Amino acid sequence: MNQNVTNPIIEAKDLCFSYKNEDGIPLPVIRNLTFSVERGSFVCILGHNGSGKSTLAKLLNLVLTPDSGSLSVGGIDVMRDDLSDDDIYNLRRRIGMVFQNPDNQLVATIVEEDIAFGPENLGIAPDEIRTRVDEALRAVNMTEFAHHSPSQLSGGQKQRIAIAGIIAMLPDCIIFDESTAMLDPIGRAEVMDTIESLNRERGITVLHITHYMDEAVRADRVIVMNHGEIFLDDTPGAVFAQVEALQSVGLDVPQVTALVHKLRREAGFEISEDILHSADAVKALKELYESI
Amino acid sequence: MLKDITLGQYFPGNSVLHRLDPRMKIFLIVIYIITIFSASTPISFALVLLSAFVLLLLSRIPPKLVLGSLKAVFFIMAFTAIINIFWTTGDRLLLEAGPIKIYWEGVEYAIFMIVRVVALIVGSSVLLTYTTSPIALTDGLERVLSPLKALHIPVHEFSMMMTIALRFIPTLIEETDKIISAQKARGTDFSSGSITQRARALIPVMVPLFVSAFHRADELAVAMECRCYRGGEGRTRMTRLHLRSTDFFALAAHLLFLGVIIALNILFS
Repeated sequence: MNQNVTNPIIEAKDLCFSYKNEDGIPLPVIRNLTFSVERGSFVCILGHNGSGKSTLAKLLNLVLTPDSGSLSVGGIDVMRDDLSDDDIYNLRRRIGMVFQNPDNQLVATIVEEDIAFGPENLGIAPDEIRTRVDEALRAVNMTEFAHHSPSQLSGGQKQRIAIAGIIAMLPDCIIFDESTAMLDPIGRAEVMDTIESLNRERGITVLHITHYMDEAVRADRVIVMNHGEIFLDDTPGAVFAQVEALQSVGLDVPQVTALVHKLRREAGFEISEDILHSADAVKALKELYESI
Repeated sequence: MLKDITLGQYFPGNSVLHRLDPRMKIFLIVIYIITIFSASTPISFALVLLSAFVLLLLSRIPPKLVLGSLKAVFFIMAFTAIINIFWTTGDRLLLEAGPIKIYWEGVEYAIFMIVRVVALIVGSSVLLTYTTSPIALTDGLERVLSPLKALHIPVHEFSMMMTIALRFIPTLIEETDKIISAQKARGTDFSSGSITQRARALIPVMVPLFVSAFHRADELAVAMECRCYRGGEGRTRMTRLHLRSTDFFALAAHLLFLGVIIALNILFS
C-alpha cells in the first residue's frame, strides 16, 4: 500500500506525538506514523476532525516537536539533539505553510508589503525581494492587486496572497493546512487551481490537508488518516474505490465515485470502479449505455 | 455601519507633499511646530497662517476635509479665545462695560492663539497624516528612530506592533459588526435604556471580540514564525527610501521660514 519513494523530501518513521490534557495525562494524537513524501509530488491528506492531520502538519514544520520516532524534513533531521535555531529557520524557509484563516496570516497593510515579509525576514537584498514579490504575484495571478489593502480582498484572494508570501521565500515544499476550509466555492476553486499550478509548473512539493473529497481527486496520492494513524495510502482512484472503508472512518467519497459505486454494487452494471472525474464518468456511462 | 468609519486620515494622492520621504516629513513637522511657537509678532503670525494655506494648496487635499478636522477643536479654540479676551490685561483699553474691561492685547492674544492652533492642525495634518500612508509613516518612524536601538529601545518591535494594529483594525471592525448583528438577532437592545444599561449591553459584544482577538494573535504569531520572522535583527526591507532633491528643497524652505520668523521677532521686539 505504501508508495514507492525514491527521492523523499519528508521521511517519518514511528512518529509519535501527544497533547497533555489538564490533568497532565497524555492524549496521543499521532501514533507510530511511518511515511515519506516524494519530492515534487502532490499529496493530499484526508481525515475527519481529530484524526491528527493538522497536528501532523505542525510537526512537519516544527511548530510542534515530536515525542519520539524519527523525522527528516528537507534533509534536516529534526530529532537531532543539537538542532539549532538556524536549522529550524532553514527548515521553515524550505517548507512553507499556509493556514486555514486567510486573515490571521497576513501581516502588512499592503499586499506587496505582505508578500515581501518572508524574504525581508531572510535578509535578502531589496532588489532581489522586488523581483521575487513581482514573480510571486504573477504566480498567483494577483499582479493587479499589488497595492491593495488585504481588507479589500475576498477570502480566496487573501489566501492567494498568503500563498504568494510563501512562494517569495522560494520553498521546496508547501503544506496547506485546511487552506480551503473557510472559503466559498469560488475562492476554493481559485486556490485549488493555484495550488495545482504550483505543483505542476514549478515542481513545488504540495501537502494538501483537506476534508473536501473533490480536492483530493486532483492529487497524485491520497493519505487517509484515522486516530493518528495512516488508514489508507494510495492513488486517488484506488483510495476512493474503497467506498465502504472510507465511510467507516467518517469520510465521504466524491459524488461521481459514489454514483459509479452504486451503479456497480447495487444495480450490477459493468463499470470501472476508479472513476473520479465527471468527464470520465460521462464517457463510461455513454459506453455502458451503448453496450446495452 | 461601523465599516464606514475612515481609519487614519490618509488621503491618497500624488502631490509634492505626498511624494516627500516620510523620514524627511517627520523632521519637517518638527521644524514647522518650532516655527509656529517661535512666532510672536503680528507679521509673523500672518506669515504662519499664510504658510498653512500654502501647504494646504500644495497637498491638493480638498480644503473642506482639513477644515472638517478643525471643527473637532472648535470649542477648545472658542473657549481659550474668550478666556484670553476677558482675562488679559494691558495698556490699551478697547471696551469697558461695568466691571468688564477688554484690552487690545487680549484680542490680539486670542487671535494669535487661534492662528497657532489652526496652523498646527492644518500644517501637521497636511504634512503628515493626510499625505503619508500609515505604512509609510510607521516605516519612516522606525528608520528615524533606529539610532535609539543602540539604547536597547525596541524600535523595530514598536513599528511592527503599529503595522499589525493597522492591519487588523478593519478586520476587527468587521468582526464587531458581525457580533453586534448576532447579538441583535438574539434580542439585545443597544439603543435604548440608560447609559449604564447600554454600556452593559456592550459586554456580550466585547467578550467574544476579545476572545477572538487573542485567538487571532496566537495564529498570527505561528504564521509569522513560519515565515521565518525572528525580530528586527538581520532583516532587510523591500522598499528603500531615497532622499531626493525635492526633500532637501522642502527642508531648506522650512529652515528659511523658521529663520524669517526668528528674524522678525528680533526686528520687532
